[in-house]
Amino acid sequence: MNKQPKIVTIGGGVAGLETSAALAGLGYDVTLFEKEGETGGKLNSWSHLFPNMADAPELAEKLREKCSKPGLAVETNTEIGSIRKQNGHFLLEAGNKKEYRADAIVIATGFNFFNARRKEEYGYGIYDNVLTSVDLEQIFRSGEKITTAEGKTPKRIAFIHCVGSRDEKSGNHYCSKVCCITGVKQAISLKEALPDAEIYCFYMDLRLVGLEHEALYREAQEKYGIQFIRGRLSEASENMDKTLLVKAEDTLSGRPLKMNVDLLVLLVGMEPGPGSEKAPELFNLLKEKNGFLSTASPHTGRNFSSAEGIFLAGTCCGPMSVAESAEHARSAALEIHTYLQSKMQAIQPDSERIETENVWFKL
Amino acid sequence: MAKSATNTSAISTKTIKPQRMRETVNFKPWADYQKEIASDNYFYVRSCIRQNFFPGSEQTFLKIIREELGKNIFDDPAHTTCTGIGYHSDIVPFETLQTVVARHFALMTEKGFKNLAVSCVTSFGIYSEVVETWKEFPEEEKKIRAFLKKSTGREFEIPENIAHASDIIYKFREEIAEKSKFRLVNKKTGQPLRIVEHVGCHYAKIFPERGVGGAEFPRVLSGMAEAWGGKMVDYPERRHCCGFGFRQYLVQANRGYSVSNSRKKFESMQPYSPDVIICNCPGCAMFLDKWQYVISSLEGKTYGANGNGIPVLTYEELAGLVLGYNPWDLGLQMHQTGCEPLLDKMQVPYLPELKYCTKEGTPIGKPLNILKMAIS
Repeated sequence: MNKQPKIVTIGGGVAGLETSAALAGLGYDVTLFEKEGETGGKLNSWSHLFPNMADAPELAEKLREKCSKPGLAVETNTEIGSIRKQNGHFLLEAGNKKEYRADAIVIATGFNFFNARRKEEYGYGIYDNVLTSVDLEQIFRSGEKITTAEGKTPKRIAFIHCVGSRDEKSGNHYCSKVCCITGVKQAISLKEALPDAEIYCFYMDLRLVGLEHEALYREAQEKYGIQFIRGRLSEASENMDKTLLVKAEDTLSGRPLKMNVDLLVLLVGMEPGPGSEKAPELFNLLKEKNGFLSTASPHTGRNFSSAEGIFLAGTCCGPMSVAESAEHARSAALEIHTYLQSKMQAIQPDSERIETENVWFKL
Repeated sequence: MAKSATNTSAISTKTIKPQRMRETVNFKPWADYQKEIASDNYFYVRSCIRQNFFPGSEQTFLKIIREELGKNIFDDPAHTTCTGIGYHSDIVPFETLQTVVARHFALMTEKGFKNLAVSCVTSFGIYSEVVETWKEFPEEEKKIRAFLKKSTGREFEIPENIAHASDIIYKFREEIAEKSKFRLVNKKTGQPLRIVEHVGCHYAKIFPERGVGGAEFPRVLSGMAEAWGGKMVDYPERRHCCGFGFRQYLVQANRGYSVSNSRKKFESMQPYSPDVIICNCPGCAMFLDKWQYVISSLEGKTYGANGNGIPVLTYEELAGLVLGYNPWDLGLQMHQTGCEPLLDKMQVPYLPELKYCTKEGTPIGKPLNILKMAIS
């Protein structure tokens, strides 16, 4: 490897941008591919982020600015078509018909939101007043007034936690980690927008593990009067007036519960993105039963894929918050740096070689 | 949340419909649940109770399959109960149930059939449960084969296709529509009849992939009703149990649970002014029909227009009406909630004086206390 090492990043969301910026900062030649017309990923359509209500698109813009540096090229509207290995390099053919050389590849293809239609008993896509946390975030973003589908001001709103997470029926046994706190955050936002509305959150467990998350949950109850009911929903049905009848068991009082609500918000979980589907085929990578990409070790190898030279960053290997995704991305950059340094030293004459640990093979 | 201060400044007073409205266009939640339904050569297994409560239904099914659709179906007199009611009441052990099911499969195999057509929803759930058990636990199948051989000397093949009889009518709903003499339309107003369906719990709630349309938005009955001109009503308690629940009814002291479940459904559907309830399960059709009489007696409340109940029909009875069969040949006089309001809306001709007569015209006696239209 006698030329300047080249790195290709696939995916231009939080993890892809952060890894690319860090690697370019270390002096590498980086090309980032993004299939959409703009980088920023899901931040672009999100409104605000827990726990401090940071503006999501503003954060995306900051990440883009970090990537505006020499040695970092961003190719939008471009997907990777094929890949082959030649003389120790990767050769990637992109959708733009150009071929790119890479000494290391970062997979940062992100996640998909759970398709709430798969929980048909909750009525998403069937009843007009059922929406997802993603829809609600977009409504916040658009600045539209919060109304029912009939244009009325909702008086009672229910949030349903764990839609598509920790759920045998949908096949997702894992916790998506971010939905509990997203629900608390969105419930507060709704209460601020609609002070007269009653807001209920139906949960099975509240997993509020961030330092500030528990405080936000307490504030939701004490300051905003949001009611938290421990019980999963069995079904939602539409009443004649387009309100929704929800049925659950309140497992704290041990009684079945029925309630009419004007709006129902489904807190959808995270699922493997299209990249996690495509990457194993394209790059010959392993994936887990849950569909996310396999990492070499759950402790110290979380940026290593099952193939040498291909690294993982962000939610392609499991649910993460924005902060975790950015941290995972920066650690990916460091692992790649170590890997490339080790590789460069390996081709130096013995007299000039510095002994470094080959991280990959020790994992 | 210190600065929490959710930033709501962006929320304006402009009122427009949320974007989610786009999502509701053309989504058919049932479409992912399609099953293979054999197209001919059925081995028919009857229900224990339908021949008492809805005596025309199974006969009508056989007539439609043979005479209207020209298919081959075998109705074996050696067939018995599947023991499902006893099983769900914790009286019949699972091994016994499996062996009885194995015997039915043996009868089918001996007659050279591979496709099972099941009249009863409880039985359909039982056959499905046994076959799925054998898939998951092959040692169970081996054990049951030995039990059957030892007790009867029989051997069997597992059916290639297990369909509920309503699946088969659903499959041929368009053919039936083509032959129809009457549509599910109020002839006076020209409007489609408002139809509520109640699909038996054991049809798809145990194995959603084994039912047309799955468990939440089943299509098997609504597909028929729409093909024959009706309009489906999706009422809030559509999926709620009819109240049979086996021990809810079989234990006399629990019958209050049974009637209160049916009542919950009637209360939920009444605001939509349904013209008819259609069912594919023997127990459901029985309870939704008979509990209307009980509620009328207990509370003086009826759920149809003008003091009538809401007629409750099996899908075969409905198909028979659409095909122009005589309502009394279909056995509609055996319903405790009168069906005449439906016949009148569809303008199906009938002779009230022959309602309680044999085919030869001999009176069989009128029931004493039943819902208004039933004795008219």
